[in-house]
Amino acid sequence: MCGIAGIIRRGNPGNIGEEMTSMLRSLKHRGPDSTGFAVYGVPGKDQYVMRFKVAEQEDISKGFDIHQQIKDRRAIVDSRLKELGVEILTEEEATEYAFRYTLRYHGDMHRMADYIEDIEGAEIMSLGQGLELIKDLGDADVVSNQYKLGNFNGSHAIGHTRMATESDVDIRSAHPYWAYPFNDVSVVHNGQLTNYWKWRRKMEHRGHRFMSHCDSELIAVYLADKMENDIELEEAMHDSLNELDGVFTYVVATSDRLGMAKDLMAAKPMVLYESDDFVALASEEVAIRSIFPHEIDTFDPYEGEVRVWEL
Amino acid sequence: MGTVDKSFESGLHSEQLRGRTQQTFFSATEEENFTYPYNAFEVDRAKKSEFDAKDMESTEINLKIRSLMEEGCGHIVVKNPRAKHSVGVGILNRLTLDFEGSLGYFGCGLIDGPNIHISGRVGWSFGENMMAGTVVIDKNAGSTFGAAIRGGDLVCKGDVGSRTGIDMKGGNIIVGGRTGTLTGFMMQRGRMIILGDAGDNLGDSMYDGTIYIGGKIASLGVDAVPGEMTDLEADWIERKLSLYRMKAPNGVKNLQKIVAGKQLWNYDNLEPSEKKIIL
Repeated sequence: MCGIAGIIRRGNPGNIGEEMTSMLRSLKHRGPDSTGFAVYGVPGKDQYVMRFKVAEQEDISKGFDIHQQIKDRRAIVDSRLKELGVEILTEEEATEYAFRYTLRYHGDMHRMADYIEDIEGAEIMSLGQGLELIKDLGDADVVSNQYKLGNFNGSHAIGHTRMATESDVDIRSAHPYWAYPFNDVSVVHNGQLTNYWKWRRKMEHRGHRFMSHCDSELIAVYLADKMENDIELEEAMHDSLNELDGVFTYVVATSDRLGMAKDLMAAKPMVLYESDDFVALASEEVAIRSIFPHEIDTFDPYEGEVRVWEL
Repeated sequence: MGTVDKSFESGLHSEQLRGRTQQTFFSATEEENFTYPYNAFEVDRAKKSEFDAKDMESTEINLKIRSLMEEGCGHIVVKNPRAKHSVGVGILNRLTLDFEGSLGYFGCGLIDGPNIHISGRVGWSFGENMMAGTVVIDKNAGSTFGAAIRGGDLVCKGDVGSRTGIDMKGGNIIVGGRTGTLTGFMMQRGRMIILGDAGDNLGDSMYDGTIYIGGKIASLGVDAVPGEMTDLEADWIERKLSLYRMKAPNGVKNLQKIVAGKQLWNYDNLEPSEKKIIL
């Protein structure tokens, strides 16, 4: 089933960490396996935020060596960053296996990302100037508390509660997905893609990498491929409705935009609330009501509808 | 002309359902076409009660409605339902029920008899399997609105999502705005009046029943064909709309009537060996 949500504060940044936690808490029944957030903070000047992990949560219970392996893998990450001339400004240990670094780097980010992900167990969850992508097993409160999202100030966010259907219950298969290698682009999805393998093979032939077997990752890679070929986000989203087959509703965020697309069968839900200074969308209205307790007007987008809002 | 004859004449009972799974549920000659269950509560419509559902779970809200009916309340007002799911379901009673706010998914399903008013919006699968009564929603509704309803009037004054009246088996669905794709999909009986536009595949694979559209139709579904509006039908629609203070923007006579072509699912024309192949 899965639950998806998005919020955008137009010209009025605020505590989007708490707001998205509240929305995803209301959507827990749609997906109790894992929860993910893509939150967009205030970009630092000339610096990047990299969220990465070097192991899966379930690895921690698989033996005695993993704790040392995590330390070793992180040391390799540090040495490779240093080798590339990346300046590490701050380091935070969100969990034993997941980290948040702020970086300064003027080189090829794509190459840097490839070099880090070449390390065993390492996966960059997000890399960008505003985007921070957090996902882990557990419900919204567990993940939000673990990664201290309760006071995250920013302009917009998307989130996901996952009910695993076609791939495993692990962080790798949790949403959101980062549209690698595009900085600050993230995607959450509710649905199933039936031509996943056809498009995955096509994307792999074009040099894109997949970190999971989750069909939702394809949407992120698909949009990244389009944008790499200078196709605007909104146009790429329209293309996806004809080229990706299945039933789906997805939400995408960039550094300054939030968008949603609904397939031609309209088989997956989405409710919208739109005002001059706020847009909120979710699989169920109850999530929107969790941050807007007063009476508001909401509506469902129709089949084949694409909408994009700017900050 | 008597009331019963007039209802036959206006096409309300003319569906000739065929096929293995079809039955006749409705008889115009019966005085009442639904009966309340033997344990329905004796309620007094003049006895009114209200409560705030802000901090209540769906189950608590439903139990509270039930306990008030048990006390004889015939008019209940629920404040701040806040889009909670499965609220107001399974009410098999005469009752006036007002929701001040919005309901979530599966609201007011399986109801048999109450008159419900919702001042906000409702989510997916609202009124599913409704059997009798009336429901009026002031704002919009989600997809699969009135799925498989058997009777009563289900009215949404705003827009509704896709698959409105899917597998509908009777009753009336009335929509003031537009409706999405696959409206009336596999519809079996009943009537749907949509005053706005309709999405793609309208009436796809419908067995029977009638759909009236006031706006543009994006496309007709398989086996859905235009029908001809009679004066009696137009009168009936006019009366129905006036009950809910609604009006067809271009007049009732300009509604487009859509019915089943009945070329698709006519199993009775098949030989036993052919049926076997299908099954």
